[in-house]
Amino acid sequence: MISGATGQLQEGRARSGNGAGRKLGYMLLYVVLIGVAVFQLFPLVWLLLFSLKNNQEVFDLPPLSLPMNPRWENYEKVWSAGNISVYFLNSVWITVAATALTVILGSLVTFAITRMKWKGSSFVLGLFMVAMMIPVHSTLIPLFSIFNKVGLTDHPISLILSYVAFNMPITIMILLGFYYTLPKEVEEAAVMDGCSVHRVFFRIVLPMTGSVLATTAIINMIYNWNEFIFVNTFISSDMFKTLTVGVQNFIGQYTTDWGAIGATLMISILPILLMFLFLSDRIVEGIAAGSVKG
Amino acid sequence: MDKVMSNKKIIALYVLPALLVIMAVVYIPIILTAYYGLNEWNGIGAMTFIGLDNYQALLTDGKFWDSAWHSLLLAVFSAASLIIYLAVAMVLASKIKGANLFRKIYLIPMLLSSVAIAQLWLRIYHPTNGIVNSFLESIGISNPPAWLAEPSLVLFALFIPILWQYAGFYILIYYAALKNIPASLVEAAKIDGATSMQIAFRIKLPLIMEVIKVTIVLAVVGSLKYFDLIFVMTDGGPNGSSEVMASYMYHTAFRAYDFGYGSAIGFFLLVICLIVTWVIRKLTASKETIQYS
Repeated sequence: MISGATGQLQEGRARSGNGAGRKLGYMLLYVVLIGVAVFQLFPLVWLLLFSLKNNQEVFDLPPLSLPMNPRWENYEKVWSAGNISVYFLNSVWITVAATALTVILGSLVTFAITRMKWKGSSFVLGLFMVAMMIPVHSTLIPLFSIFNKVGLTDHPISLILSYVAFNMPITIMILLGFYYTLPKEVEEAAVMDGCSVHRVFFRIVLPMTGSVLATTAIINMIYNWNEFIFVNTFISSDMFKTLTVGVQNFIGQYTTDWGAIGATLMISILPILLMFLFLSDRIVEGIAAGSVKG
Repeated sequence: MDKVMSNKKIIALYVLPALLVIMAVVYIPIILTAYYGLNEWNGIGAMTFIGLDNYQALLTDGKFWDSAWHSLLLAVFSAASLIIYLAVAMVLASKIKGANLFRKIYLIPMLLSSVAIAQLWLRIYHPTNGIVNSFLESIGISNPPAWLAEPSLVLFALFIPILWQYAGFYILIYYAALKNIPASLVEAAKIDGATSMQIAFRIKLPLIMEVIKVTIVLAVVGSLKYFDLIFVMTDGGPNGSSEVMASYMYHTAFRAYDFGYGSAIGFFLLVICLIVTWVIRKLTASKETIQYS
């Protein structure tokens, strides 16, 4: 609300402020902003273009030229050759499973911390928040040996557990902000009427947090989809690898086929780009909420 | 009400699953890292307790300090680039039409995996067919460098994709903070005749100082544990000239099978990250927090 009003006020001033110098200044600002936008987008446009060319076209044509006939067969080729389709499905189900678990467990914790009365709640919250500062790499060797001992290396459960643990702090942090703003009257009335805690949580509170759940779920999905080092360390069978590591291995074998490499990379980033196209506001909101308090 | 809401069994039921996962996956491994560091161990066989030998060796390990230096350089680059992001955010937050669209476009690279970014930038830097060298050749520079193969250039070359990846993230944070400044303050300053430079440096900057501190910590600590992109693009090469702390740890443990020494490096990395966070917080702690609104 406030920022909208400012915008209008400032626009009004800008219009009343006359003079060519001022206009030139604005032009310059836009040139800077558009320059940054081009820098951010250019590599991706180039990627899309070379994913539709064969090597000859990549080497002989100017970088930003459109291929004569877009070679969609690059996509067909990498999808069926190699294991890209397997990696893709692994990424999907592991991302979804880890995200669902994180969001549910995180909601339970946040509910218990903000709504229930118990000693040690702030200590437990502290444990979750401090975990945010711990570098993943410092846990890698012991995690590898623990998972090895219990027979979970080369098993998707090792990935799901790791994703749940390392995304739990940020999930709880985003949820906390929302839970504090939720009115408690409805729950209090429900408890008075003899409603159980489970009912209060699952029937009243959880449905009210729908929008923030969506935000945290999206942030979780992006992190899980892109995760590399755990998959690279824990998983050795092709049947369990996800796209990040799969893409890395696949490209290692096809270092000279630019079209195939481009198509593989495009397939790996397309789900995220599509999600961004439809949910950009929520993603922006989630990233802003998850970062500033860090 | 209180009685229902302080039922211990239910609290345990709600909190323990997440708490156990985070204990097992984050806290216990941290303790184990410190302990493994006291042993000689190849990851499979028996451990031999050797006391502080690994940690002592670390202090005189030239390769480790080289990698720490590279991490520090990245941290300095990252912290310095915050100034650019802040400047762009200031422009974006001032009477710009389409600001929302711009900040979304800027954010796109940050959503992609480091592996995809690394693979893409490997092509961009490709010595003969990459766009960087094609461009340089087209403007008449023959024999442009092989960016990732030159020990003196590789870190700078790696920093460009890092900048590309994170620019949108920091611009977004600064933009949000700037938009939170009450309009009345800026208006009052204008009426008092403040120039836009004065408004930027004397009013806006101090007001978003807290956010700036957080971003400095994020940028520095993030750089100290930087791994994925470097691992894929150069694997620490050529000849160790882009090795960073996390990649050195990884190579020591999972390539040279020296898990004891690798753990010592991992523990050191943790300690450095915690200390750096604390030091930056202390250094940038203002004596009084400004509260205008």
